[in-house]
Amino acid sequence: MTKKIEAILREEKLNDVKEALRQIGIMGMNVTEVRGHGRQGGIFLTGRTGTYQVDMLPRVQVNIILSDHNVDKTVEAIRQSAQTGRAGDGIIFIYPVEEVIRIRTGERDREALMYEGDIDTR
Amino acid sequence: MNTTNSINSGDTAWVLIATALVMMMTPALAFFYGGMVRKKNVLSTLNLSFIIIGLISLQWVLVGYTLAFGPSWGGLIGGLKFAGLSGVGASPNPDYAPTIPHLAFATYQMMFAIITPALITGAFVERVRFKTFLIFSLLWATLIYDPVAHWVWGGNGLLHRLGALDFAGGTVVHITAGFSALAFAKVIGPRKGFGKTAMEPSSIPYTILGAGLLWMGWFGFNGGSALAANGLAVNAVVTTNTAAAAAGIVWMILSWLDNKPSVLGVVTGAVVGLVAITPASGFVTPLAALLIGAVAAPISYYAIRFRQQHNLDESLDVWACHGMGGMWGAIATGLFATQVINPAGANGLFYGNPGQLGIQALATLLVIVFAFGVTFVMVKGLHKLMGLRVTENEEEVGLDISEHGERAYT
Repeated sequence: MTKKIEAILREEKLNDVKEALRQIGIMGMNVTEVRGHGRQGGIFLTGRTGTYQVDMLPRVQVNIILSDHNVDKTVEAIRQSAQTGRAGDGIIFIYPVEEVIRIRTGERDREALMYEGDIDTR
Repeated sequence: MNTTNSINSGDTAWVLIATALVMMMTPALAFFYGGMVRKKNVLSTLNLSFIIIGLISLQWVLVGYTLAFGPSWGGLIGGLKFAGLSGVGASPNPDYAPTIPHLAFATYQMMFAIITPALITGAFVERVRFKTFLIFSLLWATLIYDPVAHWVWGGNGLLHRLGALDFAGGTVVHITAGFSALAFAKVIGPRKGFGKTAMEPSSIPYTILGAGLLWMGWFGFNGGSALAANGLAVNAVVTTNTAAAAAGIVWMILSWLDNKPSVLGVVTGAVVGLVAITPASGFVTPLAALLIGAVAAPISYYAIRFRQQHNLDESLDVWACHGMGGMWGAIATGLFATQVINPAGANGLFYGNPGQLGIQALATLLVIVFAFGVTFVMVKGLHKLMGLRVTENEEEVGLDISEHGERAYT
């Protein structure tokens, strides 16, 4: 079974998260820039006088496709490296993935997700 | 007497350079304002200032100069002798500037006539109908700027005869623009979503760039108003720089006390200091300039707060910065002016002449009432005849696309 992890993170934590994922052997990922807010509701910025509230904050979303049995370890690595303990640390979603096809080789599913030196070869 | 012989090449060179410096202030203002609006209205906002360079350049050549500086009709407005700049040439006009060509004076003054209506655009950005704005700007320049310039600077103008001091345009430029902006904002109403959703500035770096160029251009605005390359011009440049510095620093402190030292706040403060010193720059000492700048910052800072609390969308704070800053500058001239700096001026309250303060207050009040009143009626009329605002959908899409069919960024 293949899964997709969508982790919405603080921009400034992206490098720490990438490093933690590399350490456990997660080789492939893609990142999108997103804007939004959760329970925190937004932050205050300084204006000409005093402050004003903005509710759409910039965040990065890290997308990783991986095999089922690697999900827990990966989620833990993301959580530990992305956490500051303050509101706004982000959220992780996990979805099932129907099929994966690598364009260059035509490999499918598990084979399509394997890299040299990745989490399963360690 | 051959007046051409009285021309001083140093004075003429300085006034020509000052003309270029003041001209640069209008594109600088475009960037100052453009950075503060949302990114869907950047081009529109830049254009509101830029197009005025074209519009008022023509108006000034045709009628503006003569209405402001032609032979006075009862101190109220200039006659038509200089329409089309006829008779305005290489010889000096001793009434205005005896050592430079009359045409140099007229062109230098043109740049003031241009930037003043451009200042007002901050009141109605992000929602004004472009066509109505063009008509408004022409009417405003002709019916408000030109007469007030005549009152203050025209040889026999009303306020000049009263003894009001305005070295470089505190009343003519900043009070007229600031209080007209207030009137316009009241009539056009707030932007959609004002007070409910955050309206984030598209580019604070643009605003800082604009403020920096405004600061530099102001040396021409105030220093050039000496109309000669002399000690008075130097005094004006030094007082200008000092007031801007003081107001920027004080604004930083106010902002810091409220939250963090805002960069947008610092550059706003500097501009407010420049506004406040404008009428006083050729009459006061550098130390007085420091005080004038330092006091200007809290006046405008809390004026912004006041209009925010009253839910008035005078969007880029033309009234708070130019109206209130200019008002303080005009009053401060009546406090700090000294004939030690400018024998052709007058002494203020602190130099034993309390009457000057009264004259300054009266001139200020008159110009406020005139600028606010006439603008209010004019804008109400335009609202009826042409409509002031774009449609709600055009406003949501943004004026760059809906008014100009262009995008600032792709």
